[in-house]
Amino acid sequence: MGLFIAPLAIAGIAGVLAALIVVVDMVANNYGEVTIDINNGKKEMTVRGGASLLVTLSSEGLYLPSACGGRGSCGACKCKVTSDVGPHLPTETPYMSPQELKDNIRLACQVKVKADIGIEIPEDLFNVKQFIATVKSIKDVTYDIKEVLFDLGDETVDFEAGKYIQLVIPPYNKIKGSTQRAYSMSSRPANRKQIEVLVRLVPGGIATTYVHEHLKEGQKMDLIGPFGEFRRTRSDSIMLCVAGGSGMAPFKSMLYDMLDTGELNREVWYFFGARTTKDMFYMDEMKVLEEKLPNFHFVPALSEPQEGDGWKGPTGLITDVLDTYLKENINSEEKILEGYLCGSPGMIGACNKVMNDNGVTQDNVYYDKFA
Amino acid sequence: MAPDINPLVILFASIFTGNILLTNFLGMCSFISISKDMKSANGLGLAVTVVLTITTAINWAMMRYILIPLDLMVYRYIVFIIVIAATVQMLEMIIDRVSPALYMSLGIFLPLITVNCAILGVALFMQIRNYDFFQTLAFGFGSGLGWWLAILALAAIQKKVARAPVPAGLKGPGITLITIGFMALAFVGFSGMLNVQ
Repeated sequence: MGLFIAPLAIAGIAGVLAALIVVVDMVANNYGEVTIDINNGKKEMTVRGGASLLVTLSSEGLYLPSACGGRGSCGACKCKVTSDVGPHLPTETPYMSPQELKDNIRLACQVKVKADIGIEIPEDLFNVKQFIATVKSIKDVTYDIKEVLFDLGDETVDFEAGKYIQLVIPPYNKIKGSTQRAYSMSSRPANRKQIEVLVRLVPGGIATTYVHEHLKEGQKMDLIGPFGEFRRTRSDSIMLCVAGGSGMAPFKSMLYDMLDTGELNREVWYFFGARTTKDMFYMDEMKVLEEKLPNFHFVPALSEPQEGDGWKGPTGLITDVLDTYLKENINSEEKILEGYLCGSPGMIGACNKVMNDNGVTQDNVYYDKFA
Repeated sequence: MAPDINPLVILFASIFTGNILLTNFLGMCSFISISKDMKSANGLGLAVTVVLTITTAINWAMMRYILIPLDLMVYRYIVFIIVIAATVQMLEMIIDRVSPALYMSLGIFLPLITVNCAILGVALFMQIRNYDFFQTLAFGFGSGLGWWLAILALAAIQKKVARAPVPAGLKGPGITLITIGFMALAFVGFSGMLNVQ
């Protein structure tokens, strides 16, 4: 008898406390129906209060960008709140500039909807949709990068080259709850029925592991987008693009878009950094693009060329190659130079510095940082 | 049997002579990391005081009416910890609902406190010293106030230290620990006034 009292009593105490928490949650977290006013009366929605602004909006079909899925670690879900929702939380301030703090820009994932609230968001977020896509094909482009092509069925997507889409990864194995991760679209915008992304396997990554090991052709997957500010300017300035690995995605999309929209004579330099020939891909596509776009120059470089791989192109770190080309090959006397960077924060910082040192002003450097 | 000590004496003793932080060195992690500015120190101090008072009282009742009658005192660590965790969780939700202003100044520190060892420490001392209910209340509240006083004092000292020529090797936690040591010496000086166990 004594044997059972202990576990029963402890379990009982824990059970009662858990029940209490549930009750308090139901009573204290119940804010009833509240109204969200978007862009000063442009749209109004009545929702149940109590959840974060980000979650509440997405349950109503309005998707703010979010690379981390609401953990407050990417700072992407910024939006302006016009009503009073209290001061900025310590979890928000690291992502805000002084001007943003003044304008009451908030992280939607950290703001809880408790009362009627007014927000302002960019108009083009109304175009953001949730697609139920079908995986058409999965191809290995290198040993650790897969090219995934999604069919959108009856839906169509309108996006500018450079934008990204969020993949909704369902729960799998030990990962509970769905996860969202952002990937730049590599497909051509003219193809409105399909979306293509490049996914590099990150050891331990939730989304990349799923795509590499679990995703099958013919499977359905939810996509949310398009999002993003990364796009090329419409001018005749010289584009200096730098990216390695799956950072190729937005540039592939941009280059094909230039082909499709007749922007054939723009001068574009694309510096592609890889460690060995094993990391190189799309070499044939780039060659074809170089033929069709007369002022497009593709510059692949290896940082660790192996003996016997027959590599004749430039070698060294991509920052050094970029530096050499900027000093010796690229003539920018008449035209403005623009930098387009896609990659890890470290790579972007290093390339940014090389560009600044060679006369590319900071205003003309655009980047797409991997979160 | 509860010791024959006036709760007011226990209250005074737990603030000054037996300060949970400076004589027992419990609750050090948040003490060191959050003591950089007065505002956060105040918020955290208030949160610790509220949580200590409430959880120590609940834990006393748990012990008196469940653990002792059922002869389950060996499980007191588990029970105390889950009571503390659940109470903090509920407090956070209630404060968020009732007073957004209070939530801003106090609520965000609550999750930090669940794992503050001073909270569990006070519950265990309360049990070891056999306090009755009012003594327990005074002890919990007083220990909270003492912790608050200590972190506030440390935050104030840190403001001065920030402008002092500290040797490079001692910057950061090093000088903070030395500062706490001196503070502890000063507080132990009170113990001649009255010594309550």
